[in-house]
Amino acid sequence: MTLLADYAIAALLVLGGVFGLIGSFGLLKLKDPMQRLHAPTKATTIGVGAALVASALDLVMLGQGVTWQEVLVAVFLFLTAPLSALYLAKAHLARSIDRKSLPPTGTNADWATFKTAAK
Amino acid sequence: MITAYALDIALGCFGLALILNLIRLATAPSLTDRILAVDTMTVNIIAIIVLTGLGSGSVLNLDAAILFALTGFVSTVAFCKYLLRGSIIE
Repeated sequence: MTLLADYAIAALLVLGGVFGLIGSFGLLKLKDPMQRLHAPTKATTIGVGAALVASALDLVMLGQGVTWQEVLVAVFLFLTAPLSALYLAKAHLARSIDRKSLPPTGTNADWATFKTAAK
Repeated sequence: MITAYALDIALGCFGLALILNLIRLATAPSLTDRILAVDTMTVNIIAIIVLTGLGSGSVLNLDAAILFALTGFVSTVAFCKYLLRGSIIE
């Protein structure tokens, strides 16, 4: 049982490390800015998730049980990764798209991308 | 025994990932790429903190990981909000 848990922890650690490396390598390697958004938000999140699961499994094997901090970090990372990706995509679109290339909205309101803060 | 080797491999991978992020941060073509690089660095640092805690067998490191997760997300959103709207708090 202990040996099995050791193998599981080792496999999760190697998996997490490789996924984290792939995510950061993709950030450097991919061509398009919108493609570049994919690698860190997906692969790196999986890598950190695997590291967190390995850490939790290790604590369980030590007899300490899973602490609430561990669960909090995992939940927070998995909740916020898509949100920061969404905001980065919106910021990229707002900065890179030419207003003249967009069709008219058909209503009185302008495209939401070009709205500035209400003063 | 095997866990110690795997821990070294994982720490090396995340350290290399941090170096790649630094290269990206230095040579980023646009501002959003820089924000993404800093966000990825935060996530990698969280992983390194968690793995260090696993190696030393203490749970105190997880508090630091929570702090990094919170501030990293808030700073990313604040940067993006500033780029989008010209102000952070409306």
